[in-house]
Amino acid sequence: MIVPIPDLTPVTPEIIMTVSAMVLLMLELIVKNKSIIAFLGIATAGAVFYVIPMSYGETFGGMFISDEFSAYFKFIFLINLVLTILISLKYIQRQKSNYGEYYSILLFATAGMMIMASAGDLIVLYLGLELMALSTYILAGIKRHDIKSNEAAIKYFLLGAFSSALLLYGISLIYGLTTTTNIYKIGEYLGEAGASPAVLLSMALIIAAFSFKIAAAPFHMWAPDVYQGAPTSITAFMSVGPKAAGFAVIVRVFYVAFAEVQADWTAILIGIAILTMAVGNIMAIAQTNIKRMLAYSSIAHAGYMLLGIIAGTQAAVEAMMVYILIYAFMNIGAFAIIILLERGDELKDYEGLAKAHPLIAAIMLVFMFSLIGIPPTAGFIGKFYLFKAAVDAGYTWLVVIAVIFSAISAYYYLRVVMNMYMKELKEEAPIYLTPSLGLAILITVLMVIIIGVMPSTVSG
Amino acid sequence: MDKYILIPLLPLIAFAINIIFGRGIIKDRAHYIAIPAVFGSFVLSVIAFAEVAGGKVINYDIYSWIVSGDFRVSIGFLIDQLTVIMLIVVTSVSLLVHIYSVGYMHGDPGYYRFFSYLSLFTFSMLMLVMGNNLLQLYLGWELVGLCSYLLIGFWYKKKAPADAGKKAFIVNRVGDFGFGIGVIMIFLFLGTLNYTEIFGSIGMLTGQTINIAGFNVDLITVIALLLFLGAVGKSAQIPLHVWLPDAMEGPTPVSALIHAATMVTAGVFMIARFNPVFSLSETAMWTVAIVGAVTALFAATIALVQNDIKRIVAYSTVSQLGYMFLACGVGAFGAGIFHLYTHAFFKALLFLGAGSVMHAMAGELNIQKMGGLKKHMPVTYWTFLIASLSIAGIPGLAGFFSKDEILWMAYNAGSLGKFTWIVGTAVTALTAFYSFRIVFLTFHGKFRGTSKSDNRQEYHLHESPKVMTMPLVVLAVGAVAAGWVGIPELLGGGNWIGYFLEPVLGRPEITATYTEKWMVISIAIVAALAGVFMAWMFYLLKPEIPKNLAMKFKNAHTILWNKYYVDELYDFAIERPTKWIASNVLVAVTDNKIIEGVVNGLPAAIRNFGEKLRKVQTGYLQHYAMGMAIGLFVILALVVIAAN
Repeated sequence: MIVPIPDLTPVTPEIIMTVSAMVLLMLELIVKNKSIIAFLGIATAGAVFYVIPMSYGETFGGMFISDEFSAYFKFIFLINLVLTILISLKYIQRQKSNYGEYYSILLFATAGMMIMASAGDLIVLYLGLELMALSTYILAGIKRHDIKSNEAAIKYFLLGAFSSALLLYGISLIYGLTTTTNIYKIGEYLGEAGASPAVLLSMALIIAAFSFKIAAAPFHMWAPDVYQGAPTSITAFMSVGPKAAGFAVIVRVFYVAFAEVQADWTAILIGIAILTMAVGNIMAIAQTNIKRMLAYSSIAHAGYMLLGIIAGTQAAVEAMMVYILIYAFMNIGAFAIIILLERGDELKDYEGLAKAHPLIAAIMLVFMFSLIGIPPTAGFIGKFYLFKAAVDAGYTWLVVIAVIFSAISAYYYLRVVMNMYMKELKEEAPIYLTPSLGLAILITVLMVIIIGVMPSTVSG
Repeated sequence: MDKYILIPLLPLIAFAINIIFGRGIIKDRAHYIAIPAVFGSFVLSVIAFAEVAGGKVINYDIYSWIVSGDFRVSIGFLIDQLTVIMLIVVTSVSLLVHIYSVGYMHGDPGYYRFFSYLSLFTFSMLMLVMGNNLLQLYLGWELVGLCSYLLIGFWYKKKAPADAGKKAFIVNRVGDFGFGIGVIMIFLFLGTLNYTEIFGSIGMLTGQTINIAGFNVDLITVIALLLFLGAVGKSAQIPLHVWLPDAMEGPTPVSALIHAATMVTAGVFMIARFNPVFSLSETAMWTVAIVGAVTALFAATIALVQNDIKRIVAYSTVSQLGYMFLACGVGAFGAGIFHLYTHAFFKALLFLGAGSVMHAMAGELNIQKMGGLKKHMPVTYWTFLIASLSIAGIPGLAGFFSKDEILWMAYNAGSLGKFTWIVGTAVTALTAFYSFRIVFLTFHGKFRGTSKSDNRQEYHLHESPKVMTMPLVVLAVGAVAAGWVGIPELLGGGNWIGYFLEPVLGRPEITATYTEKWMVISIAIVAALAGVFMAWMFYLLKPEIPKNLAMKFKNAHTILWNKYYVDELYDFAIERPTKWIASNVLVAVTDNKIIEGVVNGLPAAIRNFGEKLRKVQTGYLQHYAMGMAIGLFVILALVVIAAN
């Protein structure tokens, strides 16, 4: 029997990404200058970005789908990748972790996310998810000599394994019920046969597993420890990429496969969203370490983003997608400033920064304002569209809760601002500015302001 | 990018450059950035004026910030007849004040800061007048307020300016609060903030009422009065006039630009812009007219007896603004804007002249200690005299034509109009009197300041540098000629400005006869001349008269001297009770217990809660896994319950 070669066009971006990751891994043996590898990584992102619009279509019998939805998320992953490489360059050298595989693993992780976004089948989804997860475990522990980094990696790995198990359990249940792992066929099957308690069970398991990926409460507890222990560049990478990938699969799996039980998963997600906003914002207040604070902040933001899923309208999902993009810029930007300062990650290390480095303090202020959602920054636009869509969908009360938590969040974001502007400078504040880091900060701050002033750039 | 954007953008760029690089690099060269920028705006404004005069009206959105359903937040320009008049006033006076400041602020350590604020103010004021929607107006409104605050308190290290800045800001809060509610109500009932759409649909609200505290009140009246409250604050009308005289603590060029020619007239501009709304409510119109008339009289009487040169001119500004409101209130919006336009020139000139005098007198403000300055500073004298003749309403000068138009329109507007006309005519006499009181006491007679021997004041007397006198001369030309665009038909003119503004502001129907018009003009001229004559008699011919009068009518004099005790009244009725409530109720109970309880307590509670919750975050992997398991268990339990 001749097996026809499937159409590979829709997978071209993933193929390029994976091949490039492997080539970089081998090149690392020959090329001593790691910047070249980093540059090749960025070039790969550029190439992938170029081919994505040409890759639309389905292949492997519907297991892999490249459409506008996945393309949008892949766009975010590429931004995440490029910005991470830019902020990593000198930083990992300073961290004495300048291993060449760092960049190729970043590429592998990105490939995994891209596969997740395009997965039309639960098995492909799992494949992508594990590729992403395994890569990030390694990245979290890339500071081999650093005990905290090791701890972060092992915690992330073990809990990740736990969540993978839940996911697989959920997948196997639904496979047993519907005899298929194809997301669209599951949807069709459940549409005809109706939901049984076992479907709900499977759904609950999958929710738990995805909640782990997006760091939603109560499956968030790995995040603070891992974010704090991992190298800051990787924290930035993890706080955006896996979260965005998680939301991509949530949309596809719940809206398509579990469309029949939308009321059930909406109810569960409402609970998770409220809990996530509460835990993220309240715990962030108690933090003294800025990386840890931003970890809780990223948990809180996952809570806001869930509103877009809960509301269930197309406008809401689109608003959530816009929110993730905005979040990518403001969050990576904030982490870039942390890398730039590297005096320490404690909040008190920011005291008097405005006097030593007014411009850097002003940029950090922009990021903090954006994370709170103060106009005219991008964060306001993101929240405005998201909350408006949720209100239009009839979830006013939930938006009220979200707004209250946003107000609470001002407390800890503004504390950074207060430390920078209203405290006295106690000691020297050296900065480690490199061209690539400067470029990353410039891109992120400009995007935060441009989107804030001209929201039409993203809402279109 | 079209040229209209550049009108506000140029000063904004100048502001950005000066505020960023001023301290380190630019320093005392700040005017090289600011002046070309405002000059560019001026040139473009003239071009815009020519285009509008040629029959073009420009109304478009530059960009929309947020569009979501029918909610739209955008920046846009409406450049019509009313806007271009304002553009000319704002950019020309701003340009002259910029130039004057080069001399006046020379050597001030905050030189670059001063110019960057001036640029920011110019930008804000231009955005305010050019906007095509209420939100932009409101934004500009608040921004000019901020600039005013920054510039009044420019010498913030001294207590009086800092206090005056705060006073201006707080008093304006009252007005802006009403204004803000008015804006919200318009959006609530009409669903739009765009001028064209508001004016197109405001008619729908006719006859609708709104229930306030049990009374059914006409909706449009409520909206109009709320907007008017904003104007009362910004344009310093009774009872919110108290901040303007104190605002004179700011540098004199600021007084000329912000507190005479431009910002304080924003209230008049706003009412004129919203004439389609105000015209629908007779109550609102009469409120505007009466507040204007009363303020005009009230402020003019105070100005009669004050000795601080800048304060007299400040009360004069309050009084003249009253005129403009009076005009709007009787439906003669065009006459109000006409007076706004002429007033900008002669009032800016009076302030800059006063600044020039202060410059020579080493900061002295008391006109009783001046005198005879005429021979020492001829340019200042002659220009100040022209401005005084203009404001007094001497025929042929700018102030005469605009004031005459207002009085005539007031006379024309029914019985309440007749009342405002009588008040207005009386104010004309008072205005002429106090204006020439300044002229005679300052420039004529003998010098009464510290003489050569015991101090340097007289020795120091000198004309100001060219960079300061040049703007005076230009403004003097304006104070003479600016009114010639509005010479009434009766005197052989074409009243060009009235017809120019008619498409936007309309024109009341004239019911009175030609004879009556002659009578109004004649009476106004007689009143003005009488005022000047009285001042001459009182202060040059028989200087003992004022003293005798003050002795004879001691009570009246004391009341006027103390400005009707309004500040004291506010101190007694508002400030002290507020402070008492503040310290005994708010601080003691509300603040310390409730607010601190909430503001500090809530975060503290949340923080405590966070600290406790933090203990859950033990760092132990097993606990984390347990957390996940419990979470999953709860979800499963809920699912099971739901399934059954």
